[in-house]
Amino acid sequence: MTTEYYTKFINGILWKVPKTSTVWSRKDIWSTIKVRWSIGRMNYRIKPGLYAVGNPDSNSEIFVTANFKLSFDHLRRALHEMDAWILVLDTKGINVWCAAGKGTFGPRELTYRIKAHELDKLVNHKRVIVPQLGATGVSAHEVKNSTGFRVIYGPVRAEDIKEFVAAGLKATPEMRKVTFPLIERIKLIPVELAYGKYYLLVVPAIFFILSGLNKNGFSIDLALSAGGEAVIDLLSAYLAGCVITPILLPWIPFRRFSLKGLVISWIMAIPLLYYNFLGNTIFENISWFLIMGALSSFLAMNFTGSTTFTSLSGVRKEMKIALPLQIGATVLGIIGWIISRFI
Amino acid sequence: MNGFIYLKNVVSLELDREKCSGCMMCIIVCPHEVFEMKNKKAIIINKDFCMECGACQKNCPDNAISVRSGVGCAAGIINGILRNSEPSCDCGSNKINCC
Repeated sequence: MTTEYYTKFINGILWKVPKTSTVWSRKDIWSTIKVRWSIGRMNYRIKPGLYAVGNPDSNSEIFVTANFKLSFDHLRRALHEMDAWILVLDTKGINVWCAAGKGTFGPRELTYRIKAHELDKLVNHKRVIVPQLGATGVSAHEVKNSTGFRVIYGPVRAEDIKEFVAAGLKATPEMRKVTFPLIERIKLIPVELAYGKYYLLVVPAIFFILSGLNKNGFSIDLALSAGGEAVIDLLSAYLAGCVITPILLPWIPFRRFSLKGLVISWIMAIPLLYYNFLGNTIFENISWFLIMGALSSFLAMNFTGSTTFTSLSGVRKEMKIALPLQIGATVLGIIGWIISRFI
Repeated sequence: MNGFIYLKNVVSLELDREKCSGCMMCIIVCPHEVFEMKNKKAIIINKDFCMECGACQKNCPDNAISVRSGVGCAAGIINGILRNSEPSCDCGSNKINCC
């Protein structure tokens, strides 16, 4: 891709800055879809540095973002029909909030970029607009001390930028709040689904093989019939933890994610039990309840990392009890299920 | 928002009102409306809403806020346990479910 440059005399200096569009190309849209499915997610980045949107000058605002391309794309789209500068920090391809948590989106990198790109010569206002979720990593007073630039925290969502600018760089309480509505949770489902990776093939394969075992040795017919049922049970638990629980999250009783996941998997197990998919003996039924419950509970607990409201102290407290139980239930369930092959 | 409150009484957030100069930065950066102004100083009104992101502490020029910040992520905590380090969403080889 060839870079188009924006050149302009500002404050007696000829600036040559890469120009970026506020409209997504077909390629942008397609790669966004792929990234939402975890394809190339960890290497979806753009070059850090200064970019121009529209026809900016020395009075235009500077918006700071991360070099995860999805972050950059959302910002530039939100700046449609505006004249502005974008300052992209090197966050190793990680989004603003996560990079702020890791420290790469922080005062050091911001200070370095402000100085390296000589922003004090570019603009007259000495302020940069940082997305509010960057505040986890950036310290406004530190940046002010090291660069003289004032950090103004913008809205949480890029789509509110226009309103924020129109209101004189003021965010309403609504713009400051992080929410987690259904549509946001749905957007995360593909990444959750892709979580299992090759385990999604290996684990069912193992269950297929084990299903064929019985008192008389190994039977392919049995492997195919019982194995198919086992895979359906496992898949149901996987969907319970990765899809159903995230979607229904606020409506499922219990605060602990592990309990939410457990409840959903057991609800899904009831029709499976009814149609004899959980095996033929009570022993086998119980084993499946243990396996499905543990799997879904664990996956649901992992969803804490994708939410916008769980705290480290809280997740630690939950895991202390949940993780040993999940491991115990899995082991017991698998042993029980294997033994039930032979009785 | 009731479905979006996590466990009660676990959050490590503390505010020393003696030190607060009332700059309102904590109110600006907090994504969960944990703080409010009262008598020209901040107070904590919704402690259980706090997700320990640490933004308030980082941006408090008076050092009045303390919170043990980190990622509220089970996978991150497991990574920490496996590597004997702090919880981290830096998933290493298992890069897929990472923020």
